[in-house]
Amino acid sequence: MVVGDATEQIDLAVIGAGPGGYTAAIRAGQLGIKTILIDAQTSLGGTCLNEGCIPSKALLHAAEVIELSNEAAVFGLQFQKPQIDINKLRLWKEGIIDKLSQGIVGLCKSNQVQVINGQARFLNDQTILVNREEGALQIKFKHAIIATGSSIIKIPGLFKSPKDADSKPVLDSRSALQLPEIPGSLLIVGGGYIGLELGTVYAALGSAVSVVEMTDGLLPGVDRDLVKPLANHLSSAFKNISLNSKIMNIEDTGNGITCQIQDQTGALRNEKFDYVLVAVGRKANTEGLALENAMIQVDKAGFIQINNLCQTNNKKIMAIGDVSGQPMLAHRAMRQGIVAAEVIAGLPSAFDNQVVPAVVYTEPEIAWCGVTDIEIKTNGLKLDVAKFPWSASGRAMTLANTNGLTKIIYDPQTNLIKGVGIVGPRAGDLIAEAVLAIEAGLVLQDLANTIHPHPSLSETVAEAAMSALHRQARRAASPV
Amino acid sequence: MSFDFKLPDLGEGIREAEVLAVKVAEGQAISEDQILFEVETDKAVVEIPSPVAGKALRVLVKPGQIVVVGNVMISIEESGQTQIATPENISANVERRTNKQSTDKEANPTPHNGQAIAEAPIIATPATRQLAREMKIDLHKVPATGPGGKISKEDVLAYAESSNKQVPAIPGIAHSAAVANTLPDFAKFGEIERVPMRSLRRKTAQLMALSWSRRPHVTHCDEANITELEIFRNRVQYQDQVKKQGAKLTLTVFIMKAVALALQEFPEFNTSFDEQSDEIIFKRYYNLGMAVATERGLIVPVIKSVDKKNIFELAVEISEVAEKARAAKSELSELQGATFTVTNIGAIGGISATPIIHYPEAAILAVMKTTERAINKNGNLENVLIVPLCLAFDHRLADGAQAAKFTRAIIKMLENPRSFEKHLGA
Repeated sequence: MVVGDATEQIDLAVIGAGPGGYTAAIRAGQLGIKTILIDAQTSLGGTCLNEGCIPSKALLHAAEVIELSNEAAVFGLQFQKPQIDINKLRLWKEGIIDKLSQGIVGLCKSNQVQVINGQARFLNDQTILVNREEGALQIKFKHAIIATGSSIIKIPGLFKSPKDADSKPVLDSRSALQLPEIPGSLLIVGGGYIGLELGTVYAALGSAVSVVEMTDGLLPGVDRDLVKPLANHLSSAFKNISLNSKIMNIEDTGNGITCQIQDQTGALRNEKFDYVLVAVGRKANTEGLALENAMIQVDKAGFIQINNLCQTNNKKIMAIGDVSGQPMLAHRAMRQGIVAAEVIAGLPSAFDNQVVPAVVYTEPEIAWCGVTDIEIKTNGLKLDVAKFPWSASGRAMTLANTNGLTKIIYDPQTNLIKGVGIVGPRAGDLIAEAVLAIEAGLVLQDLANTIHPHPSLSETVAEAAMSALHRQARRAASPV
Repeated sequence: MSFDFKLPDLGEGIREAEVLAVKVAEGQAISEDQILFEVETDKAVVEIPSPVAGKALRVLVKPGQIVVVGNVMISIEESGQTQIATPENISANVERRTNKQSTDKEANPTPHNGQAIAEAPIIATPATRQLAREMKIDLHKVPATGPGGKISKEDVLAYAESSNKQVPAIPGIAHSAAVANTLPDFAKFGEIERVPMRSLRRKTAQLMALSWSRRPHVTHCDEANITELEIFRNRVQYQDQVKKQGAKLTLTVFIMKAVALALQEFPEFNTSFDEQSDEIIFKRYYNLGMAVATERGLIVPVIKSVDKKNIFELAVEISEVAEKARAAKSELSELQGATFTVTNIGAIGGISATPIIHYPEAAILAVMKTTERAINKNGNLENVLIVPLCLAFDHRLADGAQAAKFTRAIIKMLENPRSFEKHLGA
């Protein structure tokens, strides 16, 4: 490549090498499309791999082992308090990131995808300029996929002095995952899933974790039945959970953090913490892309608008993943990446998926897909709910963890599965069966009549379906 | 809360209907059971009442449109359940509206964000949805046969076949569609008009093609001397008895009765061939279809248990049923369950015909025009009334000799009117 005003002619330029972008680029390569994958970071994989899903799950596994070793006392196994080598833990986590990131490089190579490191920006609707270390590169593209993801929202207004938002003891999800040290005390602002996952990690490592949440429960918007076992567990794992409470002010005193908290009665109190974690939302990464040069439209919230072929208002330019809106989840981006590449290749592809599953990797895990109990109540849907508590599951008993719950939301007219919610260990793995059931239009009988391994947690899905069928049978036998 | 009214299952095998009339306007108040639409199926015209009371929000169909079972026809705001306007459901409504536009105008991208579309969800496996995309079939139009309204791969293929879509070549299966489509450009030779093959015409075409191409037809012709029967039939007291009930004692009544009685003697003409199990299904009931030419096309209402009904009962029922068919008021149940069909084209004319068996029956009898003829009887010329009868039958189920005997059995009764006396009724 020539330094300076070098120009490349390409079929497809993918901007952003997160799960959406690299999936799209690799699929395009497989389909014989000449593709360039551009990312501003040298380590491919985007937020998910470098500063999100993957490192947090590695640390959550460590936390799980610590928690299990504590809980093993119930069945007669006493362990010493674990010795935590935080440097080794950090290295192990970073090793996973490296390995996966190198894996993406390898996949790109084997599928003839050219990788370019630099910041991309549209010059017009057919040209991208990439600012590389070795000089600018102009790329003339036939198609482009914008997969630039999302980034953390900072709230300087929370701080007494706005510059405190960037001070060392103020963590966000990225810096918290870098594991600077194990704080003695940690305040988590907001009871959302990122805060609770990271709180779980730090609590297991030994920090006294406090949560301040504005609404009346953790994980606002998530089914209360599913949140309850988690809230119970966290009430003992965390030092303090303040609901209906508000952070009025945060100050870096140079000797830790002082925080003014208003409780539900309006009373104010000051508390001191070593660190504070602010994880309250993410915004679409469109800054610096110069979308206006390509005349790509964004909505009020800043997300690029797309149709079910992932096309923007310019059909040659697609957008996938977080930058294209909610739900901001890696697996949605990956499916969109496949669709976008196939649409460009002229294949009859479409993002026609019925549901996108959501998982909160706390202890216990929470996972759901499709219609939720909350939607039934708010929208007055004529759907029924069947629950199977894990206190009746043999497998849950042998895992010494019977606080889980599996619930199925179904249409009593047709028995179609409309939604499933699970709380308990490995809920994130168990939900896959439910996603397939809804995607394939299965009915209660399909789940109930399928042999599930015994004993296993997956049986709870079949059991919930059976209890729904029993209720249907009773109802049919005794007309109202 | 708004209620999406879908075209309901109209009964046996009916998958679609043509909208004839829309009886409500958007914004209009609707009471429960008020007629919303008039639709025409393969078999009849049906009025569709509203299951709920409320207000018509959106009417989604137009007269002339073909609707498939499960398609949303109208969106009704149910009374007593007014939706509370919260910011969430307002934005949800707006999003739904914009989603709708995107289907209308495909070119415009709209906020979709990969969320499941709220209205009319498609229930089908991802692989089936992929197949539909490959075949450029809108799954909203495909009638579902699976539990909970699930569309299977077979449903998609069946829909493709019925709508003459190009089916991906399956080895061993010949596709007539390709052949059927190679027509010359008629417009080169003069003015033409293209009219869609719809409803009754299409169903008739399908059934006739099926019957003719899959059944070895043999037509046997004979004639009956009905001179005496006509005198018998025209007896004033008989005619008056029937007239009192608004009916007419027609020749068809006697022929129907004679056929039902002859079928008992020759049961092979009251059968169906189950090709899947290689069995002949003998029916121990004698329901006769009666072909009626109507403005909309050919309708075959069924007179049930003809063997058990007397002549007067039959006369009344035949008049009623024919009238209903002509007024397009036949109910589906009245068009189903025939075991044998009689078609009387004598009023129009004709000396012989080769009728096509009404699928899936075994035989059909065509009654031709009655003519006056002079015959030589014992050396004297005598004027008689002759009606030709043409029996088409499935040669797999019966042979020519049986057909001749069966026809003779019918003729024997018709030539000997006294045989009907015991069937006259009170």
